[in-house]
Amino acid sequence: MPGKLVQLLSDLKESEALSYVQEALDKGTAPAVLLDEAKEGMAIVGERFSKGEYFIPDLIFSGEILKGIVALLEPKLKGEHGEEVKKLGKVIIATVEGDIHDIGKDLVVFMLDVNGFEVIDLGIDVPVQTIVDKLKETNAPVVGLSGFLTLAFDSMKRTVDAIAAAGLRDKVKIMIGGGQIDDQVKEYTGADAYGLDAMDAVKLAKQWIGG
Amino acid sequence: MEKKWEEMTAAEKQEAQFQKLLALKDPEGNDFKFQSAEAEAKYKANITRIKDAIQMKKKPDRVPVVIFPSMFPYLFAGITPYDAMYDYDKCVSAFKKFILEFDPDMHIGASAPGPGRFYELVDYKLYAWPGHGVAKEHCYQCIEKEYMTADEYDLLLMDPSFFFRNFYLPRVYGAMQGFTMLPPFTGILEMYGVAFNFIPFGLPPVQETFQKLFEAGAEALKWAGAMGGSDAELKSLGYPNILAGYSKAPFDVLGDTLRGTRGVMMDMYRIPDKLLKALDQQVPIMIAMGISTMQQTGNPLIFMPLHKGADGFLSDEQFRKFYWPTLKQVIEGLIEGGCIPFIALEGRWDSRLEIMQDIPEGKTFWLIDQSDIQKVRKTVGQKACLAGNVPSSLLKLGTIDEVKDYCKKLIDTVGKDGAFILSNGAFFDEAKPENVKAMVAFSKEYGVYK
Repeated sequence: MPGKLVQLLSDLKESEALSYVQEALDKGTAPAVLLDEAKEGMAIVGERFSKGEYFIPDLIFSGEILKGIVALLEPKLKGEHGEEVKKLGKVIIATVEGDIHDIGKDLVVFMLDVNGFEVIDLGIDVPVQTIVDKLKETNAPVVGLSGFLTLAFDSMKRTVDAIAAAGLRDKVKIMIGGGQIDDQVKEYTGADAYGLDAMDAVKLAKQWIGG
Repeated sequence: MEKKWEEMTAAEKQEAQFQKLLALKDPEGNDFKFQSAEAEAKYKANITRIKDAIQMKKKPDRVPVVIFPSMFPYLFAGITPYDAMYDYDKCVSAFKKFILEFDPDMHIGASAPGPGRFYELVDYKLYAWPGHGVAKEHCYQCIEKEYMTADEYDLLLMDPSFFFRNFYLPRVYGAMQGFTMLPPFTGILEMYGVAFNFIPFGLPPVQETFQKLFEAGAEALKWAGAMGGSDAELKSLGYPNILAGYSKAPFDVLGDTLRGTRGVMMDMYRIPDKLLKALDQQVPIMIAMGISTMQQTGNPLIFMPLHKGADGFLSDEQFRKFYWPTLKQVIEGLIEGGCIPFIALEGRWDSRLEIMQDIPEGKTFWLIDQSDIQKVRKTVGQKACLAGNVPSSLLKLGTIDEVKDYCKKLIDTVGKDGAFILSNGAFFDEAKPENVKAMVAFSKEYGVYK
């Protein structure tokens, strides 16, 4: 029954999806096949979110279901699924220095990941230098900076300035987002764009990286 | 006011509250002493202006202007949020400087920073605060976790006080660890065997918890004294604070600090019935919380910051099922009790406005952050006073002229028929002082109703 898991996951049927995976494994279905179906299901979740049919709780719940599926598959996947799926490109994500809010940032990380980007999540309260260092190390073409408080405006600006000072500004696109961020803040910080939600982050990354 | 309080309608209670504020008494029951006749006239004009805006019976003399800051007053006065939290005198004098220089029509007190030493004494784990997890120059920030697990709903539903005392609070306040050993007080019934219930009070961990709480209580009292003194002084200068306390939407009670955002979202799918029961359980608790602070302070305003019902955080169906019904009951219960819910729509709520317009007229006031305030006026704003929505970004990054333009547009549109208070939209730390001043001064001048 190819595609069954795609449907169960994208319709957020947690218990049905998990028992389907267990039964399929018992019957000898290759775990890699199930993993691919799960990924396809997650892509549909992302699509529905971007169309406004799904909301944040649906996204988070789909992530929970996926976690459960992966936990079932993982012991059987080892050694078998050697070759990594090709990712669209690297995106560095961080909540800026002084700010410890993570709900919005985590949603952006999740949506980028689901949409095939290789996300480097630096966490919260990330010092300017850490972001610059990571940028040098990975050559990521996109950086996303998150912040909820007014203090984040300055931390974002300092981060953008430091990226410029390191001579990397023309090699990277910078997007910002969070609580009070708008066009005026974008201008102030020197970022390339800002987004209102996690889907905006995906759109921007796709626009800049392709895919 | 011949009628007894219990016999009054909600409208009569609200009017009585305002009349009490207008005929102000000191704690001894004598007429309140203002510092000058001008201060007294200013105070009464401010109360009347706010009253007219909230009640929607007539236009005030002009658009009331209020500032709702977070740490701005302290940064403006040149002290850090750390200083404001640890030195109550500095906190109070910074706040006074802020009020006198910016001259808003009312304020909600100097209590935003809170008592730093108190948080240390109770070993508070729910927040990081200046010098304690965040820099001294920054504001405190919540550390969201699942402080209540999904399998603890039954315990919460059985006896919320027992759950809070023995499970939730000791997780969030390190000093309350000893309370995990206390028995349910509802088992203390008859003489035979009753002493067994009291054994925990003889044990060192419980006694240690009480010792720490005595100390923390003394610190809280010291801080509250400073806050009360600040309010009384500002009142004597003509600046009212009519805030009593706060209450919450039941869904936010569960979603903010008990289950957390992720937890409460999962519960909607996995255990919706238990979540709904817990939300129902919170309704009388949240109403009583607001009414008791009104009784203690004599002020009518109950602050209700709304969080997890914002656009995108729930589907329309989830909002109608999990968020709004119990919130509506809390709002109505507070109004019945004589309170004025001061509802802050934090973030953007454009998709919820039509559902939330089902409220009694002239009994609430709503602080609008990033929602489309024109749309709010046409929905919730048909029945309620609105405040807002000058953006934080404009106050920090804009020019004086841009601020004036924004205020002018607000007054010309949503403010043109009254029932509008001009203010910022979100609690803010940093801003250009000249922009905040322009917001107040321009709106006072331009906002006069003819």
